[in-house]
Amino acid sequence: MLTTNQSSYDLFCFILQRSKKEKCTFHFHNTTVNIFVAKSKKTLAKPGVKNIVLVDGVRTPFLQSGTIYADLMPHDLARAALQGLLNRTGLPKDAVDYIVYGTVIQEVKTSNVAREAALGAGFSDKTPAHTVTMACISSNQAMTTAVGLIAAGQCDAVVAGGVEFMSDVPIRHSRRMRKTMLSLNKAKTLGARLSLLGSIRLAHLAPELPAVAEFSTAETMGHSADRLAAAFGVSRLEQDEFALRSHTLAKKAQDSGLLSDVISFKVPGKDIVSKDNGIRPSTMEQMAKLKPAFIKPHGTVTAANSSFLTDGASAVLIMSEEKALAMGYKPKAYLRDFVYVSQDPKDQLLLGPTYATPKVLEKSGLTLNDIDVFEFHEAFAGQIMANLKAMESDWFAQTYMGRKTKVGAPPMEKFNSWGGSLSLGHPFAATGCRLVTTVAHRLQKEGGQYGLVAACAAGGQGHAMVIEAYPQ
Amino acid sequence: LVLISILGLHCEYFTRTHVNYEIKGDVAVIRMNDPSVNTLSVQMQREMTEVMDEVWGNSAVQSVVLISSKPGSFIAGADLNMIQACTTAEEVTLLSQEGQKMFEKIEKSPKPIVAAINGSCLGGGFEFAIACQYRIATKSKKTVLGCPEVMLGLLPGAGGTQRLPKMLGLPSAFDVVLTGRSIRPDKAKKMGLVHQLVDTLGPGLKSPEERTIEYLEEVAVEAARGLAKKQIPLTKEKGLMQKIQDYVMSYPFVRQQIYNTVQKKVMKQTKGLYPAPLKIIECVKAGLEQGPTAGYLAESQNFGKLAMTPESKALIGLYHGQVTCKKNRFGTPEKEVKALAVLGAGLMGAGIAQVSVDKGIHTILKDTTLEGLSRGEQQVYKGLNDKTKKKSITTFERDSFLSNLTGQLDYNGFNKADMVIEAVFEDLSIKHKVLKEVEAVIPPHCIFATNTSALPIKDIAAVSKRPEKVIGMHYFSPVDKMQLLEIITTDKTSKDTTASAVAVGLKQGKVIIVVGDGPGFYTTRCLAPMLAEAVRVLQEGVDPKKLDSLTTGFGFPVGAATLADEVGIDVAAHVAEDLGKAFGSRFGGGNIEFLKSMVDKGFKGRKSGKGCYIYQPGLKRRDVNTEALEILESYKLTPNAAISSDSDIQYRLVSRFVNEAVLCLQEGILANPVEGDIGAVFGLGFPPCLGGPFRFVDSFGADKLVEKMRKFEEVFGNQFTPCQLLLDHAKDPSKKFHK
Repeated sequence: MLTTNQSSYDLFCFILQRSKKEKCTFHFHNTTVNIFVAKSKKTLAKPGVKNIVLVDGVRTPFLQSGTIYADLMPHDLARAALQGLLNRTGLPKDAVDYIVYGTVIQEVKTSNVAREAALGAGFSDKTPAHTVTMACISSNQAMTTAVGLIAAGQCDAVVAGGVEFMSDVPIRHSRRMRKTMLSLNKAKTLGARLSLLGSIRLAHLAPELPAVAEFSTAETMGHSADRLAAAFGVSRLEQDEFALRSHTLAKKAQDSGLLSDVISFKVPGKDIVSKDNGIRPSTMEQMAKLKPAFIKPHGTVTAANSSFLTDGASAVLIMSEEKALAMGYKPKAYLRDFVYVSQDPKDQLLLGPTYATPKVLEKSGLTLNDIDVFEFHEAFAGQIMANLKAMESDWFAQTYMGRKTKVGAPPMEKFNSWGGSLSLGHPFAATGCRLVTTVAHRLQKEGGQYGLVAACAAGGQGHAMVIEAYPQ
Repeated sequence: LVLISILGLHCEYFTRTHVNYEIKGDVAVIRMNDPSVNTLSVQMQREMTEVMDEVWGNSAVQSVVLISSKPGSFIAGADLNMIQACTTAEEVTLLSQEGQKMFEKIEKSPKPIVAAINGSCLGGGFEFAIACQYRIATKSKKTVLGCPEVMLGLLPGAGGTQRLPKMLGLPSAFDVVLTGRSIRPDKAKKMGLVHQLVDTLGPGLKSPEERTIEYLEEVAVEAARGLAKKQIPLTKEKGLMQKIQDYVMSYPFVRQQIYNTVQKKVMKQTKGLYPAPLKIIECVKAGLEQGPTAGYLAESQNFGKLAMTPESKALIGLYHGQVTCKKNRFGTPEKEVKALAVLGAGLMGAGIAQVSVDKGIHTILKDTTLEGLSRGEQQVYKGLNDKTKKKSITTFERDSFLSNLTGQLDYNGFNKADMVIEAVFEDLSIKHKVLKEVEAVIPPHCIFATNTSALPIKDIAAVSKRPEKVIGMHYFSPVDKMQLLEIITTDKTSKDTTASAVAVGLKQGKVIIVVGDGPGFYTTRCLAPMLAEAVRVLQEGVDPKKLDSLTTGFGFPVGAATLADEVGIDVAAHVAEDLGKAFGSRFGGGNIEFLKSMVDKGFKGRKSGKGCYIYQPGLKRRDVNTEALEILESYKLTPNAAISSDSDIQYRLVSRFVNEAVLCLQEGILANPVEGDIGAVFGLGFPPCLGGPFRFVDSFGADKLVEKMRKFEEVFGNQFTPCQLLLDHAKDPSKKFHK
């Protein structure tokens, strides 16, 4: 049998006189073996730097908001993911040094949702937990915070994750009304109270609804995505095709049981949920019928080619390699270099992957060709297509990124091949862990060595991380 | 034969320099690209007519898109030179009629035409657009629609006065045409001036400007197809309010009421000094009451008449002057001013800071007391916050502008300043102290600009170690509203220092005149004798309200008594005394002691709540300050009946202003008459319909003015002695300040 360890590569390269880059597929005893030839680097391990590993990752099923999870609270979902992680890994609860959790739309009652969920999930009350927020890359931030804690030698085992619960969002009284209500608390006499009550006008009763809009520009994200697609000349057809691809691949992955990070969750008062419910492969004709959702009448972003409002939570267990091995784990992947980037929140709101990808590759000394598995967060089909076009453009790289040449667009056969946020769903702060866990699983399944995660986030920010397969 | 015809086509294509077109399937895309700015010049009109004929004749074309290839403008307007080249009203009328005919053909086009608007769509360009069947505009900040003709003393002469009332209804149409204001895209959409809006795009595979135009074209082409296929309806279902309004307007009696109301309002605001608005009402009325033929005829004839009026010539002169004064005739400075420091957080200092931070200049605002600084920073905040209320900037932009502002009490960071503008109290010894302090901490390249309205710059610069870096920058209050900046150079000021000061002023959005040094420079020096005369007029027993109505009746936007209150009675007294010392009896007239008594009583003008008038917060109505009248009583003069008619009083005020202006040119304080006119109109409110003191002399006649002055001279002496240059012009009528 062939094995894919290092010496066999070298042997093959020698025999085939093939030095480079392309993936050779051999059929051997009816087994497909992918051999990834000649990477720029054999491994990203660095002397003197701790190896940090992803032990495992899980997530609750991602459900469209307002469906089965509708009556829960955010920490309930987070609890489910944390408990799922414990079950999956068999981790003793007191072995966790720290918990970092991401969330975007905060439930004010559980503003440190990490702590509330950890307590409820049965973690030791001696394990500190904090919550981070960075829009759609909140759980990426949670994971890299964990990496930082371990690399700095402060922790050995950290649980990271993220939760988003869009079925219930804080809707506030108007500022005027809040002011009156707060003054009411302080009013001492009946007269003072009555006069405050008398000052309430009908208009003050209008509630304030949260919007998925940039605070700095007041532009909704869908609107910005539509403009971005137009700026890069992405057509409606291209967007619909990409969205359809995402749903089709997700369906296939779901049907063939590839989405093994999903745990079953018994929702109180409801049935057990064990599948994402937003995957709906449609037809191009059906999708073409939809009217633009944000820019009317000539926009191209529709409900069908955008990610939908989703409830869900995810969690991962991150450890130093020594600790993992000492505890008898077989890690899934190494978490290697990562970067955060940010740019103009008006016109480049969703271009994070374009900026982050070349930067993280450069940092790790890899090229795009070294990457076997790409997992990009799909906020909108138009946003993904725009990023791919930007990455493929020398002009863009030179004019806006101060780089000599383009980084190049990832080959589609390696790109989000188990579906993405468009089809699986996008609970803002839970998506990052899903991306990383999926890369680890795909590397195992497809036999590659390096994977790349990239995502955009509100505020014009972005993130990318290189993940290396753990030797099997 | 085929070859020849192809060559022929090619030749024809290449002879067109302003308009070209491309057929995209069944849509003809006509692109306007004047080598300089898109205007409706003779050339543009000729080529447009040719192209339109070809398009109409082409059976493959079902619809048309009209677009500009220029990023910042659709069509900026008619070609002013074309109008100015005409010598008779009839010629201009003919121009108007050609425009009307061309747009009529556009309006009646059997193939729908979509105007795709990005950038300025003004005047004739706006009229072109509203003749099209459909309009799509970008939301760019540069996109504005409107008919500013009235501001040039003209009217929309290519169908504007006829089409707008039908499109918008009478009240909105009058508002648009009579104010000439610029309408932003979102407002235009609400009003129904445009049908569809297109967002501007950010970076993509091409520059944002280029791609935005492309995107606009793509959207417009789709719309044109939709229109041709009748998938997009041309007429919008009218709303209930619209229907009610239409119903009400169908009564001639109601329309007549509106004409009367508008006419009255115009008369009140213009005092009948501006003919254009009245003619506009006439044209609209003719069109609605007597039908289109009469309407279009009235429009073209009145357009011709207006173009020949001195008012229009004055306003067009100001327009050109303003363009000139928005350029830096001293070249590019060696070093761009990126870090600015302003000394003194008073009204002026804070105002200067405000117009700097919102242009991205890092600005230190220094004061000596925490209270003063706090007031100043609040002024900057309020100035910017008011803009967010008007939605001209977002709260985010406000915050990011404010991040350019550093308020402080010490000289920290002055070692990195490229320019310091001091706006401390107008006192030579204080200015000297400040200059020495500042020079001890600033880097060698840093410019020291002094904001003073009357102190000679060379006196201030006398204590400087580097007088070549000292310059005067005279701002006008309120700084964020007043457009003028008067820059004063001494004979020691270097050219680069001047270039740098002008560059900063231009960045701050100012219209700039650069004048020589001397007491009162140009603007204050012209104003002082007029105010001295105003005080004398008051002493002669003319009521402040009467004085105001005499001055506004002459065309000043602010009456003389109100102006004194605005400037500050104390400032006026201060300046009158200083300039009186410098220029002697020529600057006499009213008694300075009267002003001083006012100041002693605390009547310092608007800022103190009392001056000639009483100011109460929240109250628009102002009453005359009777206590001021009591003071006047003790300074009472007996008027000389021979020179005290209303008209005499007006000319006594104006002639002293004008004579002093001409003297400034004669003495070389002014570089040219254009800057003199701009300074007087934009800084002091000299009647815009007269175009400034120099244009006034040209149109009124120097000889007539001298004649009047001689009459006053007999009574008042040298205050009314015409200067030599004015006498030269009086002697030789061919001499004009403006060609």
